[in-house]
Amino acid sequence: MEWFGDPAVWLPWTFAALMGLSILVYVVLDGFDLGVGLLFPFASDAEKDRMIASIGPFWDANETWLVLAIGILLVAFPVAHGLILTSLYLPVFLLLLGLILRGVSFEFRVKAHVRYKERWNLAFWGGSLMASLSQGFMLGLYVMGLEWSWATVAFASLTAVFLTVGYSFIGACWIIIKTEGPLQRKAVEWARGGIWGVILGIGAISAASPLVSPRIWGKWLGWPESLLLAPLPVLSAALIAFLWWKLRRMPYDDDRWNWTPFAAAMAIFALAFLGLAYSFYPYVVPERLTIYEAASAPEALFIIFIGTLVVLPTIVAYTALAYWIFRGKAQDLTYD
Amino acid sequence: MEALDTLVLSRIQFAANISFHILFPTITIALGWALLFFKLRFQWTGDAKWMEAYRFWVKVFALSFAMGVVSGITMSFQFGTNWPGFMETVGNVAGPLLAYEVMTAFFLEAVFLGIMLFGWRKVPSWLHTTATFLVAFGTTMSAFWILVLNSWMHTPQGFELRDGVVHATSWMEIVFNPSMPYRLAHMLLASGLTVAFLILGIAAFRRLLGDQREEVRSQIRFGAVLAAVLIPVQIFAGDMHGLNTQEYQPAKVAAMEGNWSDTDGRTPLVLFAIPDPEARENRFEVAIPNGASLILGHKPEHVVPSLDEFVTEDGEMLHPPVAKVFWAFRVMVGTGMAMLALSWITVLHFARKREDANGVRRRWVISTLPRPLLWAMVAMTFSGWLATLAGWYVTEIGRQPWLVSGVLTTAEAVAQVPAGMVLSTLLGYLAVYAFLTLAYVSVIFYLARRAARGNPVGTLESPGSGQAEVEAIAGAGPRGGRGGRDAPGGGTRGGGLQPAE
Repeated sequence: MEWFGDPAVWLPWTFAALMGLSILVYVVLDGFDLGVGLLFPFASDAEKDRMIASIGPFWDANETWLVLAIGILLVAFPVAHGLILTSLYLPVFLLLLGLILRGVSFEFRVKAHVRYKERWNLAFWGGSLMASLSQGFMLGLYVMGLEWSWATVAFASLTAVFLTVGYSFIGACWIIIKTEGPLQRKAVEWARGGIWGVILGIGAISAASPLVSPRIWGKWLGWPESLLLAPLPVLSAALIAFLWWKLRRMPYDDDRWNWTPFAAAMAIFALAFLGLAYSFYPYVVPERLTIYEAASAPEALFIIFIGTLVVLPTIVAYTALAYWIFRGKAQDLTYD
Repeated sequence: MEALDTLVLSRIQFAANISFHILFPTITIALGWALLFFKLRFQWTGDAKWMEAYRFWVKVFALSFAMGVVSGITMSFQFGTNWPGFMETVGNVAGPLLAYEVMTAFFLEAVFLGIMLFGWRKVPSWLHTTATFLVAFGTTMSAFWILVLNSWMHTPQGFELRDGVVHATSWMEIVFNPSMPYRLAHMLLASGLTVAFLILGIAAFRRLLGDQREEVRSQIRFGAVLAAVLIPVQIFAGDMHGLNTQEYQPAKVAAMEGNWSDTDGRTPLVLFAIPDPEARENRFEVAIPNGASLILGHKPEHVVPSLDEFVTEDGEMLHPPVAKVFWAFRVMVGTGMAMLALSWITVLHFARKREDANGVRRRWVISTLPRPLLWAMVAMTFSGWLATLAGWYVTEIGRQPWLVSGVLTTAEAVAQVPAGMVLSTLLGYLAVYAFLTLAYVSVIFYLARRAARGNPVGTLESPGSGQAEVEAIAGAGPRGGRGGRDAPGGGTRGGGLQPAE
């Protein structure tokens, strides 16, 4: 089959890549939003306001990447969309409930009467926690081939905890960039603890996926694959070592290197995601349905593809504009 | 009574979700444009009252937007969790439409919302105005794509079926399907009316609390005039939409009119009745002779579609449940009539020249507005929601038993998830939605009370920890630079105040 000749081949591949990209962007961007929410109980009231201020202008757009990811799954791989979401019925429900609580608490905590602020803070934390846990749970169950059994649920519960801690890590890294003084020092402490979530999460999934599927085992541990793929784990380990070393010394007085933990965290998430994508390709529903079998008609995909070529760069550009406008240390968010 | 099986529960769950969701876009679509209007008025006149209006309503916008986003995400997931058959069958049409909504509308709104809400001091005024415009434009684009898809589900065309799966043949025909222009116009006008009555009701509420400021008068005037202009247009658009429905979905019109078997013209307009699906006739009917024929055909001989035409030989019913559609329609029209009455009485009263406090005769003197009229405005604050929901019930229940008319039935699309599981999530959603709707409405009235008292934030409530810092910033920050009008503790207007968020 020629690569750019047959649209039934390159279109599904392109959309799988786009979906993967959206999920990765979502995990990193909303990951730090959710992480900031997860760290709420450890912060004082004034710090909470500052933490919210650091994500206030961004969270809405960050969450839209999830809509895009689920949208691509829906429109490009409709059969897979139904299969995956019906088998994840309850965790999806908890995720949505969490996202609802988290999203509205942003607004209610400052607009409702002050006497309710504490409760909305709690809802913000609870929503972030529910969303993080259920995302981790779904990740674990997906790695386990979407099978429900005691063993898979136990594994998924582990990944739920690890991803949640991992999110709090990337959230802490974000706070390091966006704040200064005592809160920044606190965030460094949080990041030192949160990095364990990343280590354990990546470790657990890397160990488990080859064991679950002989196909994945072959893809990673065959020869010469294991040599060609070596940079992936080596680079991840190096980044983690770097973070470990850097976080001991931070924060620096002149704020010079304080962006590095977040950048390293992004790189680690990206590498882990790349590994996961490599493991599961070409399947969209693990071991059951490939992206080619699940794809919509090429004509429908082509219509979306044309739009994507125009719109996606525009989205990236104006997202960059928003991050640039709200660059620097977070200030109190006011409407005036 | 239908058994509570997976299908019924899934339908109730989706109905609950979409009913909850629609409340907020209905507000944000038109409120975005209202905000742009306030901002432009401020730029042109320099009158602070318009910026006060902006700063009050932008908070309502932010809250409504957040509610709309989270409930919209829920919906996009429910396609998969509960209705996989929908995308599997019509995904080749619905997919691109939804994709374009996300790409052209969602990101636009979400990104520029940040600048619109918090960028007022960070970016030049023109960029802030542009952001406001782009958010308003984005919400309207979003409405456009969704109504294209929804209209296509009612009046599908431009496709062919291959192996039971829909494939697009003409995107022009799909996008510009027969009911789209009517449905879009009807919905956008509904949004405009919802916002007109929301602004009117909240401003009247502030006035009743004793808020004497200019901005309150301007907002009452804005809401009343907008409502008075839009409602006749809406009645006309609704009538056109009804005629379009009569052409393409006659069973729905038969249910709306409660016409079971009348097939020889001179059909009465039923004002009140209790439709009886067993006997297939109306009980306790109160009707105007020839009314339905006159409305739907502009002549008494016009033959109105009747429900009996949509029962197959073997007794299968291809028309929607009658009572729900019949009553929802009457609630919608009734609310519309109340809107017409209130807005016109208000404008006729308000626009007449009267003596103001200084004895000068001029128009739009607020002190002469009777209190009962102000209370009526407060009572109708959320009347737009009632009419919109009722209207959606008419059109969506009216499409049953089809999900996509003539292509896919609702029963075919449902996921075979255990009923108990659907029931548990349904109860969960209902509890959250009820709670959030209550919280939303009470917070809006709370914001209005706070604005009416004109108190700076933090003096009404016992300051929590962190509050002192907020006040210090509010006083010493850039705010002080604006001509000292917003000096802390003094005449600071509650309308635009927001503590650190």
